Amino acid sequence: MRAPKETKESSTEAMGDLRPARSRRGLWIGVGAAVVVIAILSYGVMSGWFGASTSPPVSLVGAGATFPYPLIEKWSSVYHNLTGVQVNYQAIGSGGGIQQITAKTVDFGASDAPLKPSERAAAPNLLHIPETIGSVTFVYNLPGIGTGLNLTGPVIAAIFLGNIIRWNDANITVLNPGATLPNQAITVVHRSDGSGTTFVWTDYLSKVSPAWAAGPGTGKSVNWPVGIGQQGNSGVAGFIQQSPYAAGYVELAYVLLQSMTVAKIQNQAGNFILPSLESTAAAAAAAAPVLPNGERDWGNVSITDAPGADSYPVASFSYLLVYRELNVIVGMTLSTAQALVAFLWWVVHDGQSYSASLVYVSLPSSVVTINERSIGLITYNGQVLRT
Amino acid sequence: MGLPNGTARSAGRRTSRALGDTLFHIGSGTAAVGLLALLALISVILVLWAEASILAFGPEFLWRNLWDPRTEIFGALPFVYGTLVTSALALLFGVPISLGIAIFLSELSPTWLRVPLTFVVELLAAVPSVVYGLWAIFVLVPVMRRDVEPAIQGLLGWLPLFQGTPIGVDKFTAGVILAVMIIPTISAVSREAFLAVPQSQREAALSLGATRWETTRTAVLTYARSGIFGAVILGLGRAVGETMAVTMTIGNRNVITTSLFDQGQTIASWIANNFSEAGPLEQSALIELGLVLLALTLLINVLAHLLVRRVFRVAEGRP
Repeated sequence: MRAPKETKESSTEAMGDLRPARSRRGLWIGVGAAVVVIAILSYGVMSGWFGASTSPPVSLVGAGATFPYPLIEKWSSVYHNLTGVQVNYQAIGSGGGIQQITAKTVDFGASDAPLKPSERAAAPNLLHIPETIGSVTFVYNLPGIGTGLNLTGPVIAAIFLGNIIRWNDANITVLNPGATLPNQAITVVHRSDGSGTTFVWTDYLSKVSPAWAAGPGTGKSVNWPVGIGQQGNSGVAGFIQQSPYAAGYVELAYVLLQSMTVAKIQNQAGNFILPSLESTAAAAAAAAPVLPNGERDWGNVSITDAPGADSYPVASFSYLLVYRELNVIVGMTLSTAQALVAFLWWVVHDGQSYSASLVYVSLPSSVVTINERSIGLITYNGQVLRT
Repeated sequence: MGLPNGTARSAGRRTSRALGDTLFHIGSGTAAVGLLALLALISVILVLWAEASILAFGPEFLWRNLWDPRTEIFGALPFVYGTLVTSALALLFGVPISLGIAIFLSELSPTWLRVPLTFVVELLAAVPSVVYGLWAIFVLVPVMRRDVEPAIQGLLGWLPLFQGTPIGVDKFTAGVILAVMIIPTISAVSREAFLAVPQSQREAALSLGATRWETTRTAVLTYARSGIFGAVILGLGRAVGETMAVTMTIGNRNVITTSLFDQGQTIASWIANNFSEAGPLEQSALIELGLVLLALTLLINVLAHLLVRRVFRVAEGRP
């Protein structure tokens, strides 16, 4: 008997309360809506919605390797200022880049490794356009020992295979007569994530060590016999900097920017070479005469263990992947195709001048010549775009 | 707002309230059933995507101790092992501390300390895992390498659990960082469970002459057990699924070793590390690994339920 009365009371109460509450809520909704509208309008004004933008800006979409990301970002912003063309690059990894370009959902892909035969079969007529060069270095943390420890490819492979486990191993001391190497275990550090850096490193180890080639082999990630994994170049570099007697491999940029101690590696000519922009460019130039044309199979291209007296032996191209006939790309138009070809042309010429400041190696002229020919092959509906 | 007539408005409200009730009922019901559908969908999609790997490797995938992208032979065992070991360590370290914190906060703490402490615990529960990971790399790992692990080895070095040269990144450190991460979650949730215990329970125990600890044990912990269990499962979920903090501390080696001072790898960390650069078959195998993780979580959940039920039945003297 009490219950209905209570309900009635409370509902009258609620009604009494309701009116001001409701109008207050209405006020807040009004204020909120006004704020949103003002925000949208001011954003629109700033991004030129109401300006005289009659033709929509051309935008190019690319996806792939993380290694060239800072360089492509730089190109993107410089090129936007120059021409108004937007280049939107997503650093999702080489594998993802190959997948996206194979699915034809991006205008260009980027990969640190050339296409494997299976990948090439899935995406025929994809051109390889080397856009920059990277190198991978052997960094270490040995208290009291500076940069420039001498190492050979077979010794490094033995360290990564777990056959050389101490720093004062005879195989290392014989290469470094001046240095007093500690009787300490080597903590080998490698990448825990799949990466182009690992691809280049294991490609080199496979070339210089039959045991490595028959064992872990070459790949973006391999079945490591020893060592601990760290994520990213920064993870490997950070761990080595913190841990005495640790050693591993990172991209050249991490050595130059974080001043890590790094080994000289013996090249084919027998010289011990410190990794640098110059010695990496030397390796690319030495390898250039045997490079295939852009439309051919690049699967076997590798500039690790390059000939030449000054070549640093662990270097690699990073590639842009572009279709020879652009009409296969979803939503491609003539103007976008022209913009893409113009951008590629700019990248392999003027774009190269931004390399050094970002610790990338610019392409030697012989490679630029190969790229010019490749870009000349690109067509849209059969029409050559660069004449 | 537009209706001038009070009675009409109230009549309108009554129907709209009934309508609102119905809508709410339908809405929340859909959401709840949708959750089941979501789980089913996730499983179906995972199975579809993992098909290539399931067909290629069969059940052997579950116990093969190898992950070799070169020969394209993949197995889940090292990751399952690493996940179980680190999660168990996390619970081992984390649960007692969490319950201690929760008991202090709800039963023992003076009022002036309770509010700020509770606030901090809840704040910690919301810290993203990458922050814990960074803290682990820069603070925890060096401390473990220099002080904690050598000390443990000095005391218990004869145990097979503590062999090898401690370098700070290993299963033990990963277990510790996971414990640190799940402590705020478990303590915040179990504190809520303790607060929900009626005061009369405590008073009854006290009036029978129980000490403070006896009161907490018999009246509070027993009463709140399902809440505690839920809190531990939440914590376990965070530990099992954690990627960043584990990647940064576990050393990422796909091996199965007894020593906690050896490196390891967990399922979640391995998937996150390798998905972006994996080839087609490896990607399929990684997705199957995700399926294994889902099944593992489900299995742990069910086992834990059974275990808890059994333990409490024994404690209450029921058959």
